[in-house]
Amino acid sequence: MNNPRRLSSSCSMTNIKSRFTHGFLRALSRINTRKPSTTREICKRFLRVKLAADASMASAVGSRRAWSRAMLLKMRLRRRTCRDSRITNDKKKKKKMSGSDQKEEVNGIRKAEELRGLVPGGESMEICKLLDETAHYIKCLSTQVKVMTTIADFYSL
Amino acid sequence: MSSRRSRSRQSGSSRITDDQINDLVSKLQQLLPEIRDRCSDKVSASKVLQETCNYIRNLHREVDDLSERLSELLATTDTAQAAIIRSLLMQ
Repeated sequence: MNNPRRLSSSCSMTNIKSRFTHGFLRALSRINTRKPSTTREICKRFLRVKLAADASMASAVGSRRAWSRAMLLKMRLRRRTCRDSRITNDKKKKKKMSGSDQKEEVNGIRKAEELRGLVPGGESMEICKLLDETAHYIKCLSTQVKVMTTIADFYSL
Repeated sequence: MSSRRSRSRQSGSSRITDDQINDLVSKLQQLLPEIRDRCSDKVSASKVLQETCNYIRNLHREVDDLSERLSELLATTDTAQAAIIRSLLMQ
C-alpha cells in the first residue's frame, strides 16, 4: 500500500544534514556575538545552543514529518507566550484484552506510551504512524549528534 | 509471539495489520545499534520498543552534552577564529 521511497531516503538525509549544519552554524554565530559574563548567562547560552540545535534540525526536516511539525509548533508557542501553554490530551482509551495475551500486550502498550512521550508530537498518533515517525526521528537525532560532534571537534582544534 | 491474531481483532476501528506493525518494528530494529549488532531475528516487539526508548534517551543526553561543550567552546574561541571555522564547515 504505502511504500516509502527507500531510494531517495539516503540522499534526503544528506540534504537534511547539510541544511541542519548551515542553520546551526548561523545560529551559533548569532549566539556567539553576545559575550556572557555571569553564571546565569552561561546557563542561558547552553540552553540557547540546545534550542538552536533542535530548531535547526526541525527546520531542516521542514513540515514533511509530523514530529518536526510538532517541534516547530512548540517552539513558536514558546516564543509567543512566556507561560506554559501546553495543550494536554486526556484521551486514554482502555481496551479490554483477552486473558492469555494480556501480559505481553500490556508490556508492549506500556512501551508504546513511553515512546509517545519521547517523540515530539507522539501523544496523538496511532501506533503505525508513531513507529514510522520514530524511525525518522532516530535517524535525524543521530545525524544531529554526528554534526554537533564534528563542529565541537573543529572548535577544539 | 503468539498473540498476533487476537490483537488485530481487538482494534476493530483501525485498519492496521500485524504485518504492517512487524515491518515497522523490524525497520526500527535495523536502526538500533545494539540489536543490529547481535544479528538476532527473534527479538520481541516490546524489546525493540524498550531499546528504542533507551536509544532516544541516550541521543538526547548526547545532544545535551554536546550543547554544553559547544557553549563552553564558544566562550573560549574568539570571533575571528569562529568565523574561519564556520567557513570551513560550510563547504
